[in-house]
Amino acid sequence: MKFADFITTKAIRAELKAQTKEGVIEELVQALLDSGDVDADQREDIIASIMKREELGSTGIGRGVAVPHTKHPSVQKLVGTVGVSEEGVDFESLDGERVQLFFLLISPPERPGDHLRALENISRQLRDETFCRFLKQSKTPVDINQLLQEADDNQFVSG
Amino acid sequence: MNKNLPTRTVTVRNPQGLHARPADLLVRMASAYQSDILIGRDGELVDCKSILSLLTLGAAQGTVLSVSADGGDAEDALKAIEELFEAGFDDTTEVPGTESALDG
Repeated sequence: MKFADFITTKAIRAELKAQTKEGVIEELVQALLDSGDVDADQREDIIASIMKREELGSTGIGRGVAVPHTKHPSVQKLVGTVGVSEEGVDFESLDGERVQLFFLLISPPERPGDHLRALENISRQLRDETFCRFLKQSKTPVDINQLLQEADDNQFVSG
Repeated sequence: MNKNLPTRTVTVRNPQGLHARPADLLVRMASAYQSDILIGRDGELVDCKSILSLLTLGAAQGTVLSVSADGGDAEDALKAIEELFEAGFDDTTEVPGTESALDG
């Protein structure tokens, strides 16, 4: 699976304004809603269920990366977006580091395989330090999208 | 890697596969041991104490993985990991279509 298969380009956000965990989640869900990929009337329910998932254990998986996510019956296919925070946000991540890169995912309840393949893609790409660093330095959604496309074209993966 | 290291074969049992939360559990379990632990398949072995590495496996239900450990507590570590896989990570699965799914 490639980024292009699940990242909504119009919902990509550079220079996130939010400075809290919940704020980032709200900002990115709103971005997906503005892009038309998420129903406006599902906004609160989706945010609540992503926060509920965080309570089970932070999705801040280290290296300044978090993958907040949930399953939700309102989506027909896996949708996701990317957000970058210049200063980083306290996400109670597993390694205690502030989080700068966010990959927010919403998947249909009956498609666990797609969710796994998205996580696989994200983690494989982020293993490359150059990709990770460039992404954290991105200042615009266009820059971020460019990096995702280069990653999709296997320009970063070392193995 | 030394071929004589203690090794076990484990199977992903839970329907949701080795997603973020089971991977987190596995890292915590593995990190309790001082042995170096590698897990993977088809010659691609990754560090069992790194969640980012575990997620690169994209291991869905039914995936068979090989785990090996190198260290004084290798056998204990492998036994604990084997049990965690057999228990399906105690992963809760909700009925599809329910609101506010907890899984993931």
